[in-house]
Amino acid sequence: MTSSLRVRAAVVSIAIFLAFIGVWHIATRGTGAVAEMSPEYAALMGATATQGKSAMPGPLEVGAKLWEHLKNPFYDKGPNDKGIGIQIGYSIARVALGYLLAVAVAIPLGFLIGMSPLINKALDPFIQVLKPISPLAWMPLALYTIKDSNQSAIFVIFICSVWPMLLNTAFGVAAVRKEWINVARTLEVGHLRRAFTVILPAAAPTILTGMRISIGIAWLVIVAAEMLVGGTGIGYFVWNEWNNLSITNVIIAILVIGVVGMLLDQILARFTRMVTFPE
Amino acid sequence: MSTFDNPFDPDRRLHASGCSCGHHASEAEHQASTQLQAQAALESEQTRYQGVVASAVMRAMFPHDATRRAFLKSVGAATALAAVSQFFPLKSATEAFAEGGPLEKKDLKVGFIPITCATPIIMAKPMGFYEKYGLNVDVIKTAGWAVVRDKTINKEYDAAHMLSPMPIAISMGVGSNPIPYTMPAVENINGQAITLAMKHKDKRDPKDWKGFKFAVPFDYSMHNYLLRYYLAEHGIDPDVDVQIRAVPPPEMVANLRADNIDGYLAPDPMNQRAVYDGVGFIHILTKDIWDGHPCCAFAASQEFVTTMPNTYGALLKSIIEATAFAHKPENRKQIAAAIAPANYLNQPPIVLEQILTGTFADGLGNIVKQPNRIDFDPFPWQSFAVWIMTQMKRWGQVKGDIDYAGIASQVYLATDTAKLMKEAGLTPPTATTKSFSVMGKSFDGTKPEEYLASFKIKKAS
Repeated sequence: MTSSLRVRAAVVSIAIFLAFIGVWHIATRGTGAVAEMSPEYAALMGATATQGKSAMPGPLEVGAKLWEHLKNPFYDKGPNDKGIGIQIGYSIARVALGYLLAVAVAIPLGFLIGMSPLINKALDPFIQVLKPISPLAWMPLALYTIKDSNQSAIFVIFICSVWPMLLNTAFGVAAVRKEWINVARTLEVGHLRRAFTVILPAAAPTILTGMRISIGIAWLVIVAAEMLVGGTGIGYFVWNEWNNLSITNVIIAILVIGVVGMLLDQILARFTRMVTFPE
Repeated sequence: MSTFDNPFDPDRRLHASGCSCGHHASEAEHQASTQLQAQAALESEQTRYQGVVASAVMRAMFPHDATRRAFLKSVGAATALAAVSQFFPLKSATEAFAEGGPLEKKDLKVGFIPITCATPIIMAKPMGFYEKYGLNVDVIKTAGWAVVRDKTINKEYDAAHMLSPMPIAISMGVGSNPIPYTMPAVENINGQAITLAMKHKDKRDPKDWKGFKFAVPFDYSMHNYLLRYYLAEHGIDPDVDVQIRAVPPPEMVANLRADNIDGYLAPDPMNQRAVYDGVGFIHILTKDIWDGHPCCAFAASQEFVTTMPNTYGALLKSIIEATAFAHKPENRKQIAAAIAPANYLNQPPIVLEQILTGTFADGLGNIVKQPNRIDFDPFPWQSFAVWIMTQMKRWGQVKGDIDYAGIASQVYLATDTAKLMKEAGLTPPTATTKSFSVMGKSFDGTKPEEYLASFKIKKAS
């Protein structure tokens, strides 16, 4: 039953994909010569002007270019021209660094907030104000104060991925069932041991949900941050190809960003499943 | 005049405005003769330095062109050269300029924006001009003018490509905190254009442009000032009758295609790119608004200049030499091929070739030949700075009294540049201003307020 459902879903998925590609191909076909041009003049013009080719690249073009990128993802031709694999590597490294910093800050602090109603109330106004700030709004300030564009990008990742983790940790810790804590108390378990053996396992699924939201946000932000900061990374790649008005490469970058984002999310989802327990 | 012209040619004007030459019947004849002259005068590096040094000396000795012309005509160039060499050691000065001291730092980072204005800065890398002076320079593509500014201030970059009004704005503290900046070299002269959407191909008279939406790359840019000037000369108030927005160049082309804007005054390759993609046509080159106007610049913080004078000198020399190479029309195709790859401008080579050679499709079916569509001349004339400040004031970007001459001398041909040139045995040109005309109206750098008052359309009170 389930396997037949899976097969049927796969068939529908493929059909949707093919239909999409088909429509895309038809919509971006050239219309033949658009205007009368002398050959000398036409030699100076691009395909859009001479053959009425759509400004939007077709699926074949994107596919061919994608293959070209995937064939040689790690080339390095100077500071402004690196393979897509290297760019992705830079982005992932930045995200990982900012994200780990955020984990290191958010989880202990979240524990503190969740366990102490006083600190919870005291910090609440600050968190509420800082939480909704768009990560890019931090960028000029970061560049100005940190005076290093790479560190600024990492800081922006940090500042925007810290809040969901913090709030989820605090919520998870605060929502641990009172009975469990009371049992621990009756057994005279110490504070630290209580935190690690009772509260942490109980709050782990909520904490990991927060971490999963955060990694998604971090990956969203890195592209925008790198477009501003430039230099390396997949966001820079998009900006660079946009300068060149190469929509083909921009589409490829979007595709790659989506796939990597999905992988990151899946990794966290697996961790979440590992710590989830049936009640 | 171009810094690379032969100063011992009596018929050449060293301070003149307008066309670099002015004694030819036609543009083609002028071109042919410049080519010959360029080949002869710039045979080797040595003679090129001699030319630069001699130009400076001649300018210093004869602030008035008429006197110099009369002198050269009466005694002849050879005698003049001998006479000047008598009391000014041209040869050793040239050698000192070429050598310089030990470099304080060899690995440098120079930021640039991917537009053709950055040509000398970029091409100096693949064509080995930096290498020649023992420098290992990485030219780094940067996401925008504000980022270039911040990264240079942060010292991530040692020097950078900027818009020529930017060092003035930064030094004055307009749009940022005041930081002493220097602009030792202009990157390119001319090289911009007004591009309009195809649907306006019959509206060539600016008087019909009321209600248009225009884009320029940055508020403090020659693009903004030239567009406003052009519109105002045709009776269109740029603040009332049209909209002018600051938009990054690639978005200009996309917006033009999407019918969101009617046109833009932008750096190349975006004008030619709009033509190449069939979305716009070139209405007018900025060279026809002000022939020889500066656009982009090579800028460094004063701190870099003072703490690393030799490195700075070597960097400046490689850029001046690259600029001289780019000045020669016969090198332009080669340059287009060198800067087209993804590492630099990342554009189809044919687009760059059309811009640099000046033989281009205009988008309306004509092939136009304008060899000085873009040109390269590094001398930062202070009157350029004064003109820029008059326009900043004209459009309300700065208010109150401006120390025109003071700021101009501080930023353009900064005191440190002069010092550096002196150290190299050079006499910095005493004439730091030249007169020129913008759309037929001549500008006198010593009377900026009167110039400003003469405009009918302006915001300044």
